[in-house]
Amino acid sequence: MRGYHDIGGLPLGAIDRAQHDYALWEKRVDAMLVLLSSKNLITTDELRLGIETLGADAYERLSYYERWIASIARALVARGVLTTDELGRRMAEAGQRPEQDA
Amino acid sequence: MHDGHPHPHDRRPDNEGPLTDYQRMEIAIRALLIEKRILTADEIRRTVEAMDARSPALGARVVARAWTDPAFKARLLGDGTAACEELGIRMGATKLVVVESTPAVHNLVVCTLCSCYPRALLGLPPDWYKSRSYRARAVREPRAVLREFGTELADDVTVRVHDSTADMRYLVLPVRPAGTEGWSEERLAALATRDSMVGVSVPKTA
Amino acid sequence: MSPRFKPGDAVTVRRAYPPGHLRTPHYIRGQAGVVERICGSFPNPEELAFGRDGLPARPLYRVRFVQKQIWPDYRGAQADTIEIEIYEHWLEPATEGKTHA
Repeated sequence: MRGYHDIGGLPLGAIDRAQHDYALWEKRVDAMLVLLSSKNLITTDELRLGIETLGADAYERLSYYERWIASIARALVARGVLTTDELGRRMAEAGQRPEQDA
Repeated sequence: MHDGHPHPHDRRPDNEGPLTDYQRMEIAIRALLIEKRILTADEIRRTVEAMDARSPALGARVVARAWTDPAFKARLLGDGTAACEELGIRMGATKLVVVESTPAVHNLVVCTLCSCYPRALLGLPPDWYKSRSYRARAVREPRAVLREFGTELADDVTVRVHDSTADMRYLVLPVRPAGTEGWSEERLAALATRDSMVGVSVPKTA
Repeated sequence: MSPRFKPGDAVTVRRAYPPGHLRTPHYIRGQAGVVERICGSFPNPEELAFGRDGLPARPLYRVRFVQKQIWPDYRGAQADTIEIEIYEHWLEPATEGKTHA
């Protein structure tokens, strides 16, 4: 039994050394994790466990901060901070009035 | 399998094209947390600004100080967290371990399980550090990884890899470049690159 | 909890493969190494991952392993090492004949 994230020693290929500038939304994900953790609403290990259990396909397809926000969403619902219903409603609204999302 | 090759999501520019599901998720979570008074927009903004303010220049200051002040270097190697506090750099919940490279020993840092990185000293990690290929191969074939970064080591140099698996964070104290006698800390700091403090490279030459 | 091991002790990483959140990498399980330092005591991440407090804090060690003993095809110097932080509950004293520098 080996987590798909537990990859030390696997024979993978060349390292892509290109870098991207972090988008604002990505930095906000990071900031929310830092703040929620400081308020004891999530632990870094809850974040990690969530990422480790998204599924191998999601681990491949999603970008780094996509994995983070997916994990944060699950953790907050699991803790009862948010409900699935309110998350779904608010996600559907997102993007319709950009000035509200800023 | 991507085998370490980038996929398009790593390079999506901000605010271009329709929102992805995950960007919607970020917007929704942020809005709900603010509405519920769990977080404020202001503290999110300030946290992002603090993140932006951190860069490898912080680590470079620590390295330059260690290169010029043997007593500081000894304290740094003994207790990295406390020594950085002397320079006003706080580690937070993690502890800093500084590993010294010498002509006989070269250190390399990785986090095979995720992406643990000394952010308090180097800012946010580069994509390659978080990539599957780096995380998989740095522990098993460090010399081949170093070669990909253009770093060749003599056969008799010992390579020590540090896998950041728990509460420690690592900074490599690289070898001070030759021909820098009498240089100011500021001048020295410019030679201490981020890549040399992770260990995939050596510092710039004088 | 007072630490069970001290720097210089020969230790083996337990061969266990539970599900859940672990910070002991797969590649090091069953391997023998030497304690390089005691890092301190920290809440257990295996518990923190489920929103519990992970207390009492457990001793965490940096353990040094010889690369040539970990990887059958390792290409590098005899003295090359890998150093990993491992929680005490994953370590056992190394038995005779299994100690490595």
